[in-house]
Amino acid sequence: MAWQFTGDRPIYIQMAEHITSGILKGEYQMGEKLPSVREFALMASVNPNTVQRALFELENMGLIETQRNTGKFVTLEESRIEMSRNEMGKALVADFIKSMKALGYSGEQIKDIFENERKAGESNESENA
Amino acid sequence: MNQKTLECTEVSKNFGSIAALHNVNLSLPEGKIIGLLGPNGSGKTTLIKLICGLLTPCEGSISICGHEPGPESKAIVSYLPERSYLPDWMTVLDCLDFFRDFYEDFDYEKAVGMLENLKVPAKARMKTLSKGTKEKVQLVLVMSRRARLYLLDEPIGGVDPAARDYILNTILRNYDENATVLISTHLIADIEMVLDEFIFLQNGQVVSYASTDSLREDLGKSIDTYFREVFRC
Repeated sequence: MAWQFTGDRPIYIQMAEHITSGILKGEYQMGEKLPSVREFALMASVNPNTVQRALFELENMGLIETQRNTGKFVTLEESRIEMSRNEMGKALVADFIKSMKALGYSGEQIKDIFENERKAGESNESENA
Repeated sequence: MNQKTLECTEVSKNFGSIAALHNVNLSLPEGKIIGLLGPNGSGKTTLIKLICGLLTPCEGSISICGHEPGPESKAIVSYLPERSYLPDWMTVLDCLDFFRDFYEDFDYEKAVGMLENLKVPAKARMKTLSKGTKEKVQLVLVMSRRARLYLLDEPIGGVDPAARDYILNTILRNYDENATVLISTHLIADIEMVLDEFIFLQNGQVVSYASTDSLREDLGKSIDTYFREVFRC
């Protein structure tokens, strides 16, 4: 199954984000070898040059490293990964706040509804456990 | 290494009083997958036929890796026509033999493997196959060559979505840095992700030639959306 991309932003950026979240979720562990360009291209059904560009971005961010002749590996620096987690988390929350404001919620109301839903979610989880 | 895979210089083609192509200039690098897109009758098929030497331009010149269309260019161009030309009485395996005789760069084993993946009955005669299955055979033949330039005229038009995915993956799997793939289609949304670049043709003229990502970066639009805007009826 091909990965899903939206039409409004460059594919290589979406691809880089997808791989980043894979690293954050631990699908790709620290120090682990990443799939090759061709493997990524087939997995996502995208152009190999796009994959190349996405990996180049991740390398610039310090999330992955090239080891000569052997391929690309997830960084061993935990601080780099934490930094990306922060950035992604912040962006998600910023989006969330923007959407809520568009629906007419005030900052205080957003906080309340967030807190309520968080608690409801937690009690659901403990029931299921 | 700087030689372009395809160079079209001021190419025009008229059919009687109708100008099918007018003053087309294109310079395609190697190692790219490029979409040739445009509304019906915009000249896509005419351009492809000119490149593979089935038609000759009225004006201008065409060069494929430095060769004019002719025997040398045909040895390095793999062409998928919009309709099947394989004789009805041949079996699928006969067609493979046919291609092996014709083209030095034909990889027989690879073709057999692809036919198996697509569940095409290798011993069946062409006339017993459905339209979609015939198209698959044709595509397998074309993609099993090690060419420098692939010209695919509507490769995914007649096949079901699952086969479409397989075909796109076949194109990606066979991708190599020295080869360029030119794909004409109306099904832009389906192939957009695999394209490096795209060419829009309108009334026989190139109206835009750009990279997929730059379109998204500059205009925040997919090719599909952009196409619908440019060619709104």
